[in-house]
Amino acid sequence: MKEGWKDLPIGCTIEKGGTSRDFKTGDWRSERPEFLKDKCNNCLLCFIYCPDDAILMKDDKVVGIDYDYCKGCGICEKVCTAKAIETKPER
Amino acid sequence: MPMKALTGNEAMAEAMRQINPDVVAAYPITPATEVVQLFASFVADGLVDTEFVAVESEHSAMSACIGASAAGGRVITSTSSQGLALMHEVLYIAAALRLPIVICEVNRSLSAPINIHCDHSDTMGSRESGWMHIFAEESQEAYDSIIQAMKIAEHVYLPMMVSTDGFIISHCMQRIDMLRDKEVKDFIGKYKPHHSLLLTDKPYTVGPLDLQDYYFEHKRQQIETMMNAAPVIKKVGREFGEKFGRYYGLFEEYKMRDADNVVIAAGSAAGTAKAAVEEAREKGMKAGLLRIRVMRPFPHKEIANALKDKKIISVLDRSDSMSTMGGPIFVEMKSALYDIKNHLPMCNYIYGLGGREIDVEDIIRVFKRGEVYKEKGIEKKIDFVGLRE
Repeated sequence: MKEGWKDLPIGCTIEKGGTSRDFKTGDWRSERPEFLKDKCNNCLLCFIYCPDDAILMKDDKVVGIDYDYCKGCGICEKVCTAKAIETKPER
Repeated sequence: MPMKALTGNEAMAEAMRQINPDVVAAYPITPATEVVQLFASFVADGLVDTEFVAVESEHSAMSACIGASAAGGRVITSTSSQGLALMHEVLYIAAALRLPIVICEVNRSLSAPINIHCDHSDTMGSRESGWMHIFAEESQEAYDSIIQAMKIAEHVYLPMMVSTDGFIISHCMQRIDMLRDKEVKDFIGKYKPHHSLLLTDKPYTVGPLDLQDYYFEHKRQQIETMMNAAPVIKKVGREFGEKFGRYYGLFEEYKMRDADNVVIAAGSAAGTAKAAVEEAREKGMKAGLLRIRVMRPFPHKEIANALKDKKIISVLDRSDSMSTMGGPIFVEMKSALYDIKNHLPMCNYIYGLGGREIDVEDIIRVFKRGEVYKEKGIEKKIDFVGLRE
């Protein structure tokens, strides 16, 4: 639950760091990248190019996409060397 | 108390010197130039501890003031007319970020046609920016109000401008009863900012992006603050009176107790209107004046209460709202009086645009017409004083 107007700090300020985590930009997305695990060769270009840090990693391997933050820009699909990311319209 | 003969601009500059702000970022403009010029000389002479920032425009002046205020400093600037207009977008930012900056404003008309003389169109153009605003009638009030404004602004965390009528007040000499430096220092006290960018152990972000999910709440908070500002302005005005003998309220009532024929005015014309009230009373009219001192927040309830039993109200406006509904004070007055029980006949006179003189006889004519309107009803809702047809 987000704060009401009486609970917000004075002057539109943010009093701590790292608050971009609370700003879920995934709902801006009109197209959705889908990760095809079997095709991935773990070159990690998608991880490097993703402007929103939305490529999920585990043990140095790509495991999926963080849809809370992915804006659906499609860069990951463009740079993928193994056709392991497919963009589909968001329903 | 030290008495001095000062112009309105000198009086405001002296108040600034006594406040001794941390930062002044300003750009000179007629007729407020002297305020900045005199203050720059105080800095050069080592009379203040202020960091003076000479900027390249008023937009930059207010932007630098915002930065300095967000850093936790006590900040003042001065401007007029086109300068205030150029500050326009940044004024809203100062208010929303709740930065208690003070502007020594000198009222001057807005271009076009270009004109350096007084009317109220400049500050009226900023009346929805979220700044508190006092119209001073004369230099003593301007001096006293700058000192009060600093305290009020820092108490409610909203910026405040105090304006004088260009040339009529800014350049005319008057006897000023000055406070001692220490009295000013003690009256305004030490400033405690709500945040400070210089406190690195308490980092915060100022002015971040704020979309559909928070902007509305932040604006609601700002509205609440403005709603709570009037009692603080009253309290500080009363405290000033108790300490130094000159009391200030949200508005001033002159010969209002038994008056039924009332003129509303702001700024120097209120002084002229007081003389007109005297003469009108000699002619047998029950004349009175209500002078608007605080324009923002607009003291609508108190004004409605003060006027509820009157018979005719003539509102003098030194600018027009271009809404075809009259001047800005008239429009505000109509809103303020809508909810009272009995209908109050009210008409509007636009006067003094671009520095056009208004004299006692002009206002006596307004009172005389009020007598006619009282009996026969209002003939001209909006009229002009001192205009060639």
